[in-house]
Amino acid sequence: MTRKVYVAPAVYTLLLMVPIYWLIIMSFKTNAEIGGGLTLIPEAPTLANYRVIWSDPSWYLGYVNAAIYAAMNVAIAIVVAVPAAYAFSRYRFFGDRILFFWFLSFRMIAPPILLVPFVQIFSDLDMIDTHIAVAIAHCFFNVPIAIWILEGFMSAVPRELDDIARIDGYGIGRFFFQILLPQIAPGIAATAFFCFTFSWVEFLLANALTTIDAKPIAGIMTRAGGVLSADLALLSAASVLTLVPGVVLIYFVRNHLAQGLSMGRQGN
Amino acid sequence: MTRKTYGNRAYWYLAPALMVMTLCGVIPMAMVGFYSVHDTFAGNRFFWVGFDWYASVLTSPEFFASAARSLGFSLTVLAVQIPLGIYIAVRLPTQGVLSNVYVVLIAIPLLTPWLVVGYIWKVLVLPHAGLLGAAALWLGIDYDMTNPVVVWLTLVLMDTWHWTSLVVLLCFAALRAIPDDCYRAAKIDGASGWAVFRHIQLPKLRLALLIALLLRFIDSFLIYTEPYVITRGGPGVSTTFLSHELVQTATIQFDLGEGGAMAVIYFLIVLCVSWVFFTLIVPRDRDGKAR
Repeated sequence: MTRKVYVAPAVYTLLLMVPIYWLIIMSFKTNAEIGGGLTLIPEAPTLANYRVIWSDPSWYLGYVNAAIYAAMNVAIAIVVAVPAAYAFSRYRFFGDRILFFWFLSFRMIAPPILLVPFVQIFSDLDMIDTHIAVAIAHCFFNVPIAIWILEGFMSAVPRELDDIARIDGYGIGRFFFQILLPQIAPGIAATAFFCFTFSWVEFLLANALTTIDAKPIAGIMTRAGGVLSADLALLSAASVLTLVPGVVLIYFVRNHLAQGLSMGRQGN
Repeated sequence: MTRKTYGNRAYWYLAPALMVMTLCGVIPMAMVGFYSVHDTFAGNRFFWVGFDWYASVLTSPEFFASAARSLGFSLTVLAVQIPLGIYIAVRLPTQGVLSNVYVVLIAIPLLTPWLVVGYIWKVLVLPHAGLLGAAALWLGIDYDMTNPVVVWLTLVLMDTWHWTSLVVLLCFAALRAIPDDCYRAAKIDGASGWAVFRHIQLPKLRLALLIALLLRFIDSFLIYTEPYVITRGGPGVSTTFLSHELVQTATIQFDLGEGGAMAVIYFLIVLCVSWVFFTLIVPRDRDGKAR
């Protein structure tokens, strides 16, 4: 009985890993081998594809650019979302429920809807091809997500704590930094992880708002993949590297995945 | 439990977030609304045209065809991913190292950049170099990406690979919160596996499923990057979804007005669906502890 239970998740997880495995082995092959037919293990594993990426700034800066705007986005989202989440978690005020939904409704807008206005706005401001433009654009979905996730974490902290701090003479600043934020540190980490990830995976806006200096890796890959004789081995290596930050960071938030993915609506 | 403080002072805390959202949400959305009621000349002179663009969108067969494809795609992936997600979540071990390993591995597709998801599946179906393509050839089937049925199957499979994990992880977290005593009591009562699922597990999954349904519906209804990479909307227009129609109209034909009207209609649909789910997910009594 017990053994039977584990078959389904094992098979499912294995199937999930097949495309990833395929991607990884392609990245260690040569184009000749990829074009030559099916091999499940590279015949002559090579690091040549990775070497191209490491040694060519027009490739590796793509990762740096994506990391820069994603990190900027995380910083903006967290800074504005912490007080907002506090308001929703601790206060009743005129229009609170509608406003909570109002934030959510922006999360539900897809990038294609706002593509034209963003291009228009940032060209008028002469900010096309800057990291901050992408970071601001990505705020329309990440600020609501951050508010919702943080509200979930803050609402799990007893309100008595606020009162005790007030009685002990803590001002609002000291209360935030010395009491509330340490209490919800895992929540902040989870929020940062999810905002970073959502910014990292988005393609349409990030690509449309950049040309050269702030081009993310996905944009560079499209350009390289657009030519007729696309270098599949090189593109595979580039793809594998885009997975690295998520896979490295996920370990630290593994206990808060559901809270993050459900936007704070669900405990773990 | 202390009750929430009543006070519009809360708006001070909300001010920074409201300012950022005005810049990156309200203004762009207002511009979309502006485009939708104007005609443009050379992209910078606008003439008021009222609701003409809405009339032309709502009488356009292409719009309805792409909307139908998007809706069909959403309903198909929901029908596959929700049951599959629940099934896997129920079967996952809840304790031990293995449990954590599963969770991390299952989350990986969610962390993959959308373009890379598209790229992986585009390569997987290549006739000789791709795993699926080669497997099909080996079975004597031609993996024919000019056949709309095959292309649709590929996209549904791709989206299932990409997003079922969301359903699994949400349901799994909800299931993990069920105390062992419930299962022990059910065992003593001699409840069948189905009865345990129906009366103990399923009620606990309500919130997780509502959230999963909302997010999966919205995100699949608005899907853009992955199908674009794999099919460019083809063969023909068989995988041209609403979002492609929208981007095509607004940026390639440069019909800002028609694109704007489409975007507004699209937004209204999403808004209505989100509101229904919001009323179910966030209970009205916001002072209660169960949120």
